[in-house]
Amino acid sequence: MTTPESPTTPREPDVQTDAANERAIVASTAPVEGGTTDYLRNYVRRLRGGDMGSLPGVTGLIVLAIVFSLAHPQFHTIFNFGNMFTEGTATIFIAMGLVFVLLLGEIDLAAGYTAGVASAVMIRLMVGYNWSWWGTIPAALVTGLLIGFIVGWLVSKVRIPSFVVTLSFFLAFQGVMIYIVQNGKGQKGDIRITDRVVNAFANEQMPKWAGWFVAALVVAGYAAVKLLAALARRRQGLAAEPIGVNASKIAVLAVISFFIVYLLNQNRAPNKNPVAQNVNGKIVFVKPSIEGVPWVVPVLLVLFVAGTFVLSRTRYGRHVYAVGGNEEAARRAGIAVDRIRISVFVLSGFMSAVGGIMIASNVQSVSVANYGGNTLLLAVGAAVIGGTSLFGGRGRLIDAVIGGAVVEVIQNGTANLVNGQNSSAVQFIAVGLALLLAAAVDALSRRRAGSTGMG
Amino acid sequence: MADEPSEPILELRGINKSFGPVDVLKRVDFSAYPGQVTALVGDNGAGKSTLVKCVSGTYTIDSGEYLFEGRQVHVHNPRDASSLGIEIVYQDLALADNLDIVQNMFLGRERLKGIVLNESSMEQSAQETLASLSVRTVKSVRQRVSSLSGGQRQTVAIAKAVLWNSKLVVLDEPTAALGVAQTAQVLDLVRRLADRGVAVVLISHNMNEVLQVADRIAVLYLGETAAQVARSEVNQQQLVELITTGGLGTDRPGATNGVPA
Ligand SMILES: Nc1ncnc2c1ncn2[C@@H]1O[C@H](COP(=O)(O)OP(=O)(O)OP(=O)(O)O)[C@@H](O)[C@H]1O
Ligand SMILES: [Mg+2]
Repeated sequence: MTTPESPTTPREPDVQTDAANERAIVASTAPVEGGTTDYLRNYVRRLRGGDMGSLPGVTGLIVLAIVFSLAHPQFHTIFNFGNMFTEGTATIFIAMGLVFVLLLGEIDLAAGYTAGVASAVMIRLMVGYNWSWWGTIPAALVTGLLIGFIVGWLVSKVRIPSFVVTLSFFLAFQGVMIYIVQNGKGQKGDIRITDRVVNAFANEQMPKWAGWFVAALVVAGYAAVKLLAALARRRQGLAAEPIGVNASKIAVLAVISFFIVYLLNQNRAPNKNPVAQNVNGKIVFVKPSIEGVPWVVPVLLVLFVAGTFVLSRTRYGRHVYAVGGNEEAARRAGIAVDRIRISVFVLSGFMSAVGGIMIASNVQSVSVANYGGNTLLLAVGAAVIGGTSLFGGRGRLIDAVIGGAVVEVIQNGTANLVNGQNSSAVQFIAVGLALLLAAAVDALSRRRAGSTGMG
Repeated sequence: MADEPSEPILELRGINKSFGPVDVLKRVDFSAYPGQVTALVGDNGAGKSTLVKCVSGTYTIDSGEYLFEGRQVHVHNPRDASSLGIEIVYQDLALADNLDIVQNMFLGRERLKGIVLNESSMEQSAQETLASLSVRTVKSVRQRVSSLSGGQRQTVAIAKAVLWNSKLVVLDEPTAALGVAQTAQVLDLVRRLADRGVAVVLISHNMNEVLQVADRIAVLYLGETAAQVARSEVNQQQLVELITTGGLGTDRPGATNGVPA
C-alpha cells in the first residue's frame, strides 16, 4: 500500500547531511516513544491493505457465540462449554499441521485418514498385543511421521502435485485404516479403548490448582517474552511496540485464560443429583462431578507454543515462509527448498497422528466412521477461517486455534439448534459456507494486497 | 573516475557458450573494474543475459577463461559466484513478497543467537546499510516487500548486495519497469555503489541512462564483443551504431579492448 506521502513522488534532491538521512530512516521505522495511536493507525493501514490477520476469525467467533446463545440456551451452559474443548481440539491439532503445508501453498487432503491410520495402528497394538500407552502412542506418532515423509517425498522429489498425491492417499489410507481395524489379533470393527491414559486426554481433568497454574504460566510466559523483547529493542535504539499496546495484549490474554480456567473449574456435570455407584461391591451414592481443565488442553498448549516458536523465531521457520512467498527467491538464497517441502508434510503427518489420538480419546474407541471426510475438511476450514492463506506465504498456528474454535462453535451450535435427522445436514452446510466465506476473504485480501502493493 | 583504472576484478576472455546448435556467445571478452560502472549493452537477443548467467554460475561456460581478481576461477553454480563476492540483481528481483525488508536482505544468511533469529542485529545492519546508501525513500525496514514500489524493491535488492560486501554487482535492466523519478533514484544508487569501490555491471537498453551513469561501455552484437570502450570515447550516435551494426563505419573501437584511454 502506498502511504499518504507516497515515496514514489519525485523529491527534490535536497541537500541534507548523511546523519540527517540516517535519522530519517530510524525515526520513520515506527514510533519509539509513546505512539499507541501511531500503532493503531498502522494496524488500520494493514487491515485496509488486505492484511486482516485474526480479525475475521475472532469476529466470527464472537458473533456466532452470541447468536447461538440467544437462539438456544443450552449452548452457553458450562457443560457444553467443556464439551466443546474435548470435541474441538482434535481438529485444531490437525489444522496446526496443515498450516505448515498451506504456508508452502500445498495441501494435505490425506490428513484426516493419516489420523485414522495412526489411530488404527495404536488400537491394534493395544488390543492385539497388549501394548501400553507408552508404546502405542509413540507408534501412532511414528506412523504419522512416516506417512508425512512419503507424501513429502512424492511431492518434492517425484514432483506430483500435492493435491493429487494426497487425494490418492485420502482414498488409499481409508482402505488401510479399514484393513487394520478389521484384521489382525484382538477385537475388530469399532474397537473400544481400555487404556486409561489414552482415554484421559479428553475424559479426565487436571486438578483445579493445575488449571490455574497453567493459566498463570501462559500469561507470565507471554508477558516475559513480549516485555523482554520490547526492552531489548529499545536498548538497541530500535522501534518497539508501545508499552501500552504490550500491556493491553497481556491483559486481554490474562482475562481470557483465567476466565476459561474459572469456567472449566466449575462442576459442569449436567445432572448433579447423587447417583448410585458400585464401589468395591458396596453401593454408595456420589454426586456426579466434572470439573477442571481437560488434559488435552495442556497438550495443545505445548505443541502450539513449540510450533509457534519454530515458525516465528527460528531459521527453519523463516525459510518456510520464504519458500511459500517466493520459491525462486528462496532457492537463489541457497535454501534447500525440497527439504523444506518434505519437512512440512512430515510435520503435518505428525500433527494428524496427534489429532487422531485425540479423536479416539474423545469417543474412547477407534472406528473408521470417526475419521471420514469431514475430519479433514473441518481442519482445512479451521486453518483458513483462522486466516491462513490457501495461496501460501501467510499463516500462523494461532489461526488453527481460532479457526478451530469457530468450526467447533458452528458444529456444536447447529447440532443444538437443529435436532433430529436434519442436524448433520445443517452442520455440513454451515461449516461448508463458513469455509467458502473464509476462502473468499483470503482471495479478496490477496487481490487487495496485490493491487495496492506495487506503486 | 575512469582516469586510473586498477586491475579488472572480473575478466572474461574468449567465452563461448552454445545451447545445442545455437552459438549464443562467441569468443566474448568482457571486464569490469572496481569503482566503475560498466554498462553492458546490445540489441535484444545479443546475449547479455546469457553472459550474466555465465558469470553467476547459472550456466557453465563451454570454453574461455574466467578470471576473478586476477586468478582463474571455475564457477559452476550460483553459490560459487556468491562466495567470490558476486551478486546478481535479476530483473525479477527475487524478493519474497510476504517477508519484510530485513528478512529479505538476510534471507538464507540469517544471523542467529543460539538457535533463535537475532532480529535486532539484522534490523540494525539493514538500517545502517540503507542509511549508508543515503536511501530515503523507504519508510521502515519492517515493511513487507509487497507494499514497496518498483524502485524501492530495486533499492532493497541493491542494498542486499551492499550488505554482503559484494565486490561485483550485476544489475540486469534495473530501470526497465520504472518511471522517471524512480529511475533517477536507482541510477543515483548505482553511482553511489560504484563510488564505494564496488564493480558494477549495468545492463540497459536506455542510451541516455548508459551515457549518464557508465564509466565504461561494453557492446555485444550477435553474441560477439563489438566494443569495450571508455564512456568518453563514444557519443550517442556511435553507440547506437555499434549496437545495431556491430561496428563503426571504418574504425572499430573494439580494438581498444578493455583499456580505457
Ligand atoms: N536456454 C537457451 N536455449 C537456447 N537458446 C537460448 C537460451 N537462452 C538464450 N538463448 C538464445 O540466446 C540468445 C541471447 O539471449 P539473451 O537472453 O542472452 O539475450 P539478451 O541480450 O539478454 O536480450 P534482451 O535484451 O532481450 O534481454 C537469444 O537468441 C536466445 O534465443
Ligand atoms: Mg536479457
